[in-house]
Amino acid sequence: MRITCPYCGERDIREFTYRGHALAIARPAPDAGEAAWDDYLHLRDNPAGATQDLWHHGPCGAWVIVDRDTVTHEVAGSKAVAEVKR
Amino acid sequence: MKRYSAFAVAREGLRHHAGWERAWKSPAPKPSYDVIIVGAGGHGLATAYYLGKNFGITNVAVIEKGWLGGGNTGRNTTIIRSNYLQDPSAAIYEKARSLYEDLSQDLNYNVMFSPRGVMMLAQTHHEIRGYQRTAHANALQGVETEFIGPERVKELCPIIETRGPRYPVLGALWQPRGGTARHDAVAWGYARACSDMGMDIIQKCEVTGVTQEGGQVTGVETTKGHIGCTKLGIVVAGHSGVLADMAGFRLPIESVALQALVSEPIKPCMDVVVMANTVHGYMSQSDKGEMVIGGGADGYNNYTQRGSFHHIEETVRALIETFPIISRLKMLRMWGGIVDMTGDRSPIISPTPLGNTFINCGWGTGGFKAIPGSGWATAEMIARGTPGPLAAEFGLNRFREGRFIDESVAAGVAH
Repeated sequence: MRITCPYCGERDIREFTYRGHALAIARPAPDAGEAAWDDYLHLRDNPAGATQDLWHHGPCGAWVIVDRDTVTHEVAGSKAVAEVKR
Repeated sequence: MKRYSAFAVAREGLRHHAGWERAWKSPAPKPSYDVIIVGAGGHGLATAYYLGKNFGITNVAVIEKGWLGGGNTGRNTTIIRSNYLQDPSAAIYEKARSLYEDLSQDLNYNVMFSPRGVMMLAQTHHEIRGYQRTAHANALQGVETEFIGPERVKELCPIIETRGPRYPVLGALWQPRGGTARHDAVAWGYARACSDMGMDIIQKCEVTGVTQEGGQVTGVETTKGHIGCTKLGIVVAGHSGVLADMAGFRLPIESVALQALVSEPIKPCMDVVVMANTVHGYMSQSDKGEMVIGGGADGYNNYTQRGSFHHIEETVRALIETFPIISRLKMLRMWGGIVDMTGDRSPIISPTPLGNTFINCGWGTGGFKAIPGSGWATAEMIARGTPGPLAAEFGLNRFREGRFIDESVAAGVAH
């Protein structure tokens, strides 16, 4: 699997650290309630197929959102977290 | 069912082995059952078996997408141990280990349980303290383990390099009644016993939907049509999230590929199971002589039943330091299984938001050893409608309520 870092270009997967599903950047408000936080912290869609997750690129320190297929290892695209969430 | 025995072998030997019957039947599904178990792996079949044996519920179907025991039951490294830190874990894994002791007699099927002993190497000072703590906890839980020094490690397993250089062996947590069993035979033995009790094992039948009415389950849609049920048990390991989605709820589960490999067969050189958690690899020798090697899970979620090359490299590189003897061995084959990981690395045995629907999942990287205990506890839950003492702590709500059974911290690694 090769992942494209938005700043460094396409690199080997071993340069990246997996940081879980991309829903991590959609954090609920502090007063959103117990159910919303349970949902955010624990429950997962865990799809067999297209997913979107967070990877950390070690060499440059960028956080990257990667569109990926969990069945075929195909990487469809990537973008920097910094572009999505400021 | 004709019993297997020395007499049966002699009798069949005298008549050209013409009298052996099929170990289990392959019937077409009936319109409905009292209980449907989805997933004919070890856990699903054990659940069905103890439903019949302990509770007399035999109008049961076990539905399987592929073939019997073709998922993680056939893909693990067959290690059986119960040296866990937390009380609920030690209870259910020790129940499983103790059931393995006479499982062959119980099922009249040789599962080749071999209590050859399992040692978990301490290769850092942190691990020494951790394993001493576990040994004390096990003493209180009634699980027989002891912390042993490096000389005893070398005595039990002479092929270990105990002196380092990077990771010297400083001691080990030793469970003398842990060991291995023949993984396929566990699935086959349970299947044969279930079939004998009149249960239907339906292979190559994929569940495509879960039907419900008024918040209660009514059956499952499958590739062989609709099958009705009063109670539904979901026991599908890595694909639990997919089934949960059909039933309309979400799980605290992420699926990851875990891989293992075996070497070419060599003469007997180790008669214990060794786990080295610091370097992250474990090894035993199969009865055929192959070195069976397991490593860590892929570092990212996926459903590919093959694993990744660089993980093999990491596992083997680490093990060669501890077992220099394997450096010249050829690796014969590798494979991967999809394991269902929870946040606290403990399983889920629980009722679900859908009425009369129960789930058994989240065994992660250590499900094989738990099969009999897991089936026992899940059968009790399905029969009574509420979890019994073995399953009580493993509910789905424990995440929301902050009652983790935190084996990930206790073990420091996947286990």
